[in-house]
Amino acid sequence: MSVQAPVSPTTGTGGNPTGGFRELLQRSSAARLVLAGAILFIALSATRVISDADDLTSSGTMGTTLRLTIPILLAGMAGLFAERVGIVNIGIEGMMIFGTWFGGYGAWQFGPWIGLLLGIGGGIIGGLIHAVATVRFNVDHVISGVAINILAFGGMRYLSELAFVGEAGGGISQSPKQQAPIPTFSVPILAGGEIFGWKSPDILGWLEDKAWFLIGDLAGIMRGLVHNVSWATFLALLLVPLSAWFLWRTRLGLRLRSSGEEPNAAESLGVRIVRLRYLGLVISGAFAGLGGAYLSIVASSYYRQGQTAGRGFIGLATVIFGNWRPFGVLGGATLFGFAEALKLRSPSESLIALFLFVSFVAGLFAIRSLYRRQAIGGVVAAVAAVLFLLVYLTVNKVPDSLTQATPYLITLIVLATASQRLRPPAFAGRPWRPGSSH
Amino acid sequence: MSSSASTQRPKGLSPGAQSALITTASSVGAVVLALLISGLILWITGKDALDAFDRMIDVGLQKNKLLEMLQRATPMMLSAVAVAVGFKMGLFNIGVEGQYLFAALIAAVVGAHLSLPAPLHVTAILLVAMAAGAAWASIAAVLKVKRGVNEVIATIMLNYIALSVIQWLFDEFFRDAAENDLNVKTKLIPRSGWMPHLVTGRLTGMFLVALLVVFVYWLLVFKSRFGFQLRSSGLNPVAARTAGIASSKMIIIALLISGAVAGLIAMPSVLGEIHAYGQGIPDGLGFAGIAVALLGRNHPLGIVAAACLFGFLDATASALQLGGIPNSIVEVMQAIIVLTVVIVNEAVSRWSARRTVARTVEVLESTTGTTPAGAPAGASA
Repeated sequence: MSVQAPVSPTTGTGGNPTGGFRELLQRSSAARLVLAGAILFIALSATRVISDADDLTSSGTMGTTLRLTIPILLAGMAGLFAERVGIVNIGIEGMMIFGTWFGGYGAWQFGPWIGLLLGIGGGIIGGLIHAVATVRFNVDHVISGVAINILAFGGMRYLSELAFVGEAGGGISQSPKQQAPIPTFSVPILAGGEIFGWKSPDILGWLEDKAWFLIGDLAGIMRGLVHNVSWATFLALLLVPLSAWFLWRTRLGLRLRSSGEEPNAAESLGVRIVRLRYLGLVISGAFAGLGGAYLSIVASSYYRQGQTAGRGFIGLATVIFGNWRPFGVLGGATLFGFAEALKLRSPSESLIALFLFVSFVAGLFAIRSLYRRQAIGGVVAAVAAVLFLLVYLTVNKVPDSLTQATPYLITLIVLATASQRLRPPAFAGRPWRPGSSH
Repeated sequence: MSSSASTQRPKGLSPGAQSALITTASSVGAVVLALLISGLILWITGKDALDAFDRMIDVGLQKNKLLEMLQRATPMMLSAVAVAVGFKMGLFNIGVEGQYLFAALIAAVVGAHLSLPAPLHVTAILLVAMAAGAAWASIAAVLKVKRGVNEVIATIMLNYIALSVIQWLFDEFFRDAAENDLNVKTKLIPRSGWMPHLVTGRLTGMFLVALLVVFVYWLLVFKSRFGFQLRSSGLNPVAARTAGIASSKMIIIALLISGAVAGLIAMPSVLGEIHAYGQGIPDGLGFAGIAVALLGRNHPLGIVAAACLFGFLDATASALQLGGIPNSIVEVMQAIIVLTVVIVNEAVSRWSARRTVARTVEVLESTTGTTPAGAPAGASA
């Protein structure tokens, strides 16, 4: 769990040229993050070589991971913005359902880009309902969220009956197929993209085929990120640094966060909390709506009932997992997306290989703990490493039903073990009325 | 002073009766408002709203539909009580959904392997279901008390974990091999474990069990010492702790009771219709229970009335389809009812708090002849 070291805003320029590597690690959390990522990558690569599960780091798996990560990421960002202004948003799932329906309808009628916009609009409707209930009327946040989920489910079914029944391929639970997808791109030279009609070489693809230890893995992962990527995916990823910049580098962002940390103090300084909370929930709804529209337009080519499949709640989990920070949410979403992608592509062998991977990581963790003279943590990690190794050697099939629970289980474990290191916005979820403190 | 105060009250109602009246009126008003909004939605989408309500009421007054209403209200009453026990303690048990599905599987499996005389068999299955529901809820309780994990997040995650665990247990261990592939379920419960029907094919005996549970809920939470401790921990945890009520103990007990009641939710289907766990076990009742508990304001009578209203809507939805109106409008109605109820409640309670302040100032002024020093200047206006 050391991966979630918070990305502090001061790290971009970090690194004292005279200081050594150790000092850099102490000073810069970005450096720690990079180091942790590198270690995890080496462990993953070793797992791939030992267990012969080539799909573990193939570009195909990475491409799937990316596509599965984006909806969870956008749901997580929806939760992040809501909680940062102080409103708990259990209704993300419902807002995503709005997004899938309006996105699917728009893409079917007017083309994919309009579809994405309509999906965002649908999510915003959900965000506004939540805002009216929680901000204007001070209704319990969880209750309002639950109501929005019920409303979205029934409401979109109702609209489907009106709009899709009787159309070719449409029905009460799904829309007709869309005409055109959102275009994709491959980066030239690296992944064989075309420049002015000339087919450039696919360097990463060539390297990946060689399957050398580390290099082949790196090539596979990178190629998955630059080959056949939808422009919608690219834009969604861009929203992560943009959100981090907005929340931590702009005046409005600071005010938004103040509304979630200490609204009374902010209000006494003249910050208009009510307006900010409306804004925060509109952004939250927009993210959720985009996530839903991505599901019905990019990840699929029609709207289907139940398309969100609980991703709104997984998104909520990534908010906790990512310690209420955009890049943390991205990390959590990637992890859950990766697990889902492995399950889709090669259910048995890759998943079992993951046990070896977890065993490696636990072993490294044990060494680190012993090095730091933390006896208990070291022993626990060492035992876990041995156990997972045993599981890897003995189990030859993981029940599909159980792997489905992995994201939820991980979230509970993180909450139960790492809650000391998590720092949610201080005022999130608490009732508040303007002018209540004076 | 007391005589002058009592003359201030209209209709001579006691304050308790007055607030009950306000509560009831605001809930009824919220439902009417929700129906108006639903009518507006129908009208905007080009459907005849009056025709829709007309059809529902027409069909709903038939005897069969009334029985169906009670049958559909049964699990919702149970679910609402499960949620309400948590609410009374200030806990939000979103995990009722996972708890009742888990309990349904365990109860069906255990029930199929027991052989007891009829009344004992049914009772034993009900007890197993309650124990299983409580066991699943205890995970969230322990996480909350020992590790400080918020019960909302924990129970949401546990709902999904429950679905996976149920699927796994069912596929690996409990699927009845004798059944053909089309209709998979667990081994059938012997006839002695079937819940007798009150009206054959229409209403199971679980209806009476549900009423009993509501009654016990009233006794336990509203009339007992334990209930007082529970409610005071919910209303003011700090004061309750000061008074010597251990909050962690109350959290565990409240969630266990909530889970135990949740365990009964699927029993009308398991014991009365399917006699096993498999296709046909309804889902989503945990969330319906949240809606019913909110509409009924966690009060026993309110819960029964709200469950009947939701049961009525569900039972009459099919009549809409005949008139060319999508019956999913009923789900929309239910969600809008929840939203209007919580919003109206909030607005009314704020209004009645202001009214109480104004009244107090008025009474004090009329008895002493001066404005009390501590009263806010604008409060009597």
